[in-house]
This record gives sequence, C-alpha cells and structure tokens, in this order.
Amino acid sequence: MTDTTRYTAAEILAILSARQLKDGQVVFAGVGTPLLAATLAQRLRCPGLTILFEGGVVGAFVEPGKLPPSTNDQRCTKRANMVLGSADVLLLLQRGYVDIGFMGGAQIDQFGNLNSSFIGDPSAPKTRLPGTGGGNDISSLTNMIVAMKHEKRRFVEKVDFITSPGFLRGGTSRAEGGLPAGGMFRVITELAVFGFDDQTRRMKVLALNPGVSRENVQDNTGFDLVFDEQIAITEPPTEHELETLRSIDPERMFI
Amino acid sequence: MLNAQVEPYQRLRENLSQRDRSLREKVMTLEEAASFVQDGMKVGIGGSTMSRTPMAMIWELVRQRRRNLSCSRAITSTDGDILFGSGVSDHIITSWFAQGILWGLSKVMRRHVEQGLARYEEWSHMAVGMRFRAGGMGVPFLPIRSMLGSGVMDQRPEAKPIDCPFTGEKLLLVPALNPDVALIHVQRCDAYGNAQIDGLQFMDIDLALAANRVILTTERIVSNDQIRRAPDQTKIPFFCVDAVVEVPYGSAPHECFGLYEPMLKHMEAYVGQVNSDPVEGMRDYLERYFYAPKSWNEYLALIGMEEVLDASRKGRSIYND
Repeated sequence: MTDTTRYTAAEILAILSARQLKDGQVVFAGVGTPLLAATLAQRLRCPGLTILFEGGVVGAFVEPGKLPPSTNDQRCTKRANMVLGSADVLLLLQRGYVDIGFMGGAQIDQFGNLNSSFIGDPSAPKTRLPGTGGGNDISSLTNMIVAMKHEKRRFVEKVDFITSPGFLRGGTSRAEGGLPAGGMFRVITELAVFGFDDQTRRMKVLALNPGVSRENVQDNTGFDLVFDEQIAITEPPTEHELETLRSIDPERMFI
Repeated sequence: MLNAQVEPYQRLRENLSQRDRSLREKVMTLEEAASFVQDGMKVGIGGSTMSRTPMAMIWELVRQRRRNLSCSRAITSTDGDILFGSGVSDHIITSWFAQGILWGLSKVMRRHVEQGLARYEEWSHMAVGMRFRAGGMGVPFLPIRSMLGSGVMDQRPEAKPIDCPFTGEKLLLVPALNPDVALIHVQRCDAYGNAQIDGLQFMDIDLALAANRVILTTERIVSNDQIRRAPDQTKIPFFCVDAVVEVPYGSAPHECFGLYEPMLKHMEAYVGQVNSDPVEGMRDYLERYFYAPKSWNEYLALIGMEEVLDASRKGRSIYND
C-alpha cells in the first residue's frame, strides 16, 4: 500500500495530480487538493500555468502558507491577472477557454459521474450533501481531472445522483445528453491513476502507485475495473516534490 | 403559458416605474432598512460563501423574526444555517450549501432538508448567475450549456431543455430570478447608494439590477465627491438602491475583501457547537449572538477584539507586496 513512512495519502494525491498538468494550460481548480496541486505544478514545472477559481479569479498565484479556505476568498486573488464576476469566469468554460477542470470528488462511478448532492434516494435522502457549486459547470464544459480518496463506498458502480456529469451511461451518451465538449480525462487516487476507455468510456487503470497491487485497487473499488494492457508503475514522490508541497501548505490545511 | 417562476415583464417594469429613482439620500439604520423585507418575500443575498456576506442585515432580519423568506445566493455558508435555524427562511436557492469546505457537511442544513423542514433548491453555480443575469437584463430566461444530462437538471423542472432554433443543439433555458429584495454588502458607497466594490464582485451587479429593491450595507459611507473622482470603481448605480446602512464589519464573521478575512476561530467554535447539536446548539448560538446583543457593535464585541483585529490585519495584507 501507500508508503506512509515518507508521505501521507493526501500528499501523494496532490503530487500525482500536479504531475498531470502541463505548462501553458488554463486550469479551472476547485478548493482543497486541486488548488494545492495546481499551485504545486505552477511552482515546480509549469510557471505558465493559468489557474482560474470560480469566485472570479483569472491567473492566480497563491502564496505559500496562505492557502484560501475557499475559492471565493480574497486570498485567491493574490497576484492574479484579473478579477471577474463569478458567472463570467464560469462562462469562460462555456466559451472553451479552459483546458482542464480540476476537482475533488465525494463519490464517483465507472463512467466518471460524480455525486456530491445526495446519499440515498434524492427524494428522501439519507444524507443531503453540499451540492454542485461550480462542479457541474466545470465537468459539463471541459476535460476533467478528479483527485479523490480511494474507498469502496466512494468508487461505486452507479452513483446515487449525477451532480457533475462524466460520461453519463458510457459510449456516446454524454454528447447525446447535450454535452458535446469535455469529459473525464483522469482520476487520481492514493492507489492509482485512471483514464477512460475511448469507446466504452469505462474507467480503466493506467498506472499503479508505488507498492500498490492490482488486487489492492480492485478490493477498494465497488465495480469491476478495466486494466490497461500496459500498466505503468508511478514514480514515487521525489524529495523536491514533497518539500515544495509542504512549503506551500505548512499548516497542513489540505495535506 | 405562464411559468410561476418568472415575473411577468409588465409587472417588473411597473414595479420599477414606481420606485423613487431620484438622486436622494437613503441613509438609515438596520432596523429601518429591514422594513423593506416582508414575510414570504424572495430575497437575493450578495457575496459568496464566506465573502462579503450581508451578515448584519441577516442578523437584523433574524432579530425582527421574519418568516418564510425564499432566499437565493451564489454559494451558501453559515448564513444559510442561520436563515434555516432561526426560522427566517424555509427555502434556499443556491449551488452549494455547507458551513465551509474546511468543515465538511452542515448538520443544520442536513437536519432541515432531511426532515423536510426546509428546501434546498440546487442549481449549478453558473445557472444561479445566469438566472440573476436574465433578471437583470429584463428577459425571461437565458440558455446555458451546463446542467444538461445531470441529476441537477432532472431535479429542476423550472429549467427547460430545448433544441436550439438556429443550430438544433440541446440547450438548457434557466428562468430569470428577480428577487423582491437584494441584500448586498460593499466596502463603500455614498449616501445615494453609488456602491464601490473592491476585489471579487461575485454576482452582486446582476443581483442588484435584477431585484425590485436593494438594501446596501456598507463598511463606510463616503462623499459623493469621492465617488465622482473614481466613477470607474462604482459597480452598482444609485438608482438601483433603496437603503444605505453604514455597518463596519458588516460581514463578520465572514470576510470583506481588503478589510478583514473570515474570523475562523469564531466560525470553528460555531461549527463545533451547531454540528454537535443542530437544535440546541443553534438555539444557544442565536440567543447569545443574535438576540441578546443590543447592537451590531455589541455583537462584534462578543466575537472579540483579538479575533476582529487579527482578521483585519490579514484582510489588509492583500494589499501588501
């Protein structure tokens, strides 16, 4: 399992997520691990990464040790290029200016649909969760990276409710449902890195995290996983990645 | 076919034509401004999450025991807890509702929604914004490309999927939202209500244009001369505004850009108290912080000098470089 002697599950999650981003991309980041990972990528390899926050921020450069408690707080605007209204920054997604949407997830299914609204029957929910925020807009309108904890109850065959759409029922159902653009690109957990099959749109394992076996991943997943023909083993976090990450979040707000 | 969600255009125009839109002073107290909000009204709330929340106005509405308000806001934080927990509102239209991302789920929201005591009507964040924008534009709806295919759309029969008459593509029409009253907190305005907003403006401009009345609370009232020296900084014109109330720290314990950050120690204590007992914990909190203080200043004193000053130091540091 995860090498907890050197790093925590939250740390490897942030580091592997940061590795998915490329310099020059425009990334719409949610709070928590996405914000942290986008900031880490910006500091390590991607000085030209443009980070957008749903509060209305374009091109943020968050200060180490001053992580914002939400994407609507003033700390998000530090050294940003621009501040817009929140509807207008979300409309940038609709126009197509955003390369990657980057979010956390409460519950995900085999087609990458995310639920953050209801546990149980939505008409009489066992638990009313906080809801979509900008999550539905982001996942409807761009390519998504989701960073989340890997637990069986979070990786389910079918989500109780589709808050943020992935590939809906697989195949071409996303485009047919009115979402011709975007879709799930990667899911990152403390156990593995996942992609989605081009045809069926089912989640598949692309790479295992160091020390993690296929069985570990399958045992913690509530549906039958597809494994890529060539399963890679992810390089463990480097000392430089860990040090930089810890310097960005010294109070361990999100790691 | 009439959609009960949408105000008829003639009524919107009629309401506006009856408002006194002249350049006149509108400065009053919280108590006086609260008279614009009647039981059962649709109330739009400015700011987002823990930022520029019109907390002092909400505080006053709780004290005056308003009932059955239908509230709408971009993203809802502890303000939503207070509105539900006090009985002021039984319906909140928003995109996200918890105390803050730092604390997980709100037991207050959960209790009210899961027991059917109140409704949390969920729209995507952009959809809330486009509903206010349509309201501000004087059109009955706007088309969007999100929410389609999701459970969020399925839960909202008020939104109508259509085939675009130009392209044949699927689009979602979201209905205009024109609140009876908007509550908006800003850094400064003049006595007429010309409002300047620093930093994140969220949906407040659309909200102000959409609403039939606007109550502005402000950290400072400045002279009209000062407004005229930087008219590009004015985000809400005076003729949208019906009341101006000067309330320093009017968003506490939430933040106000450039002035103070959220008062997180107070909020952590609040969250601990209401999540351990959403009924008695909330009752006790409201009694101590909302009903008992004689004034907003006394409420701030209860939050505490140390916490207020620490939040101010952090808030102002956004301008340090």
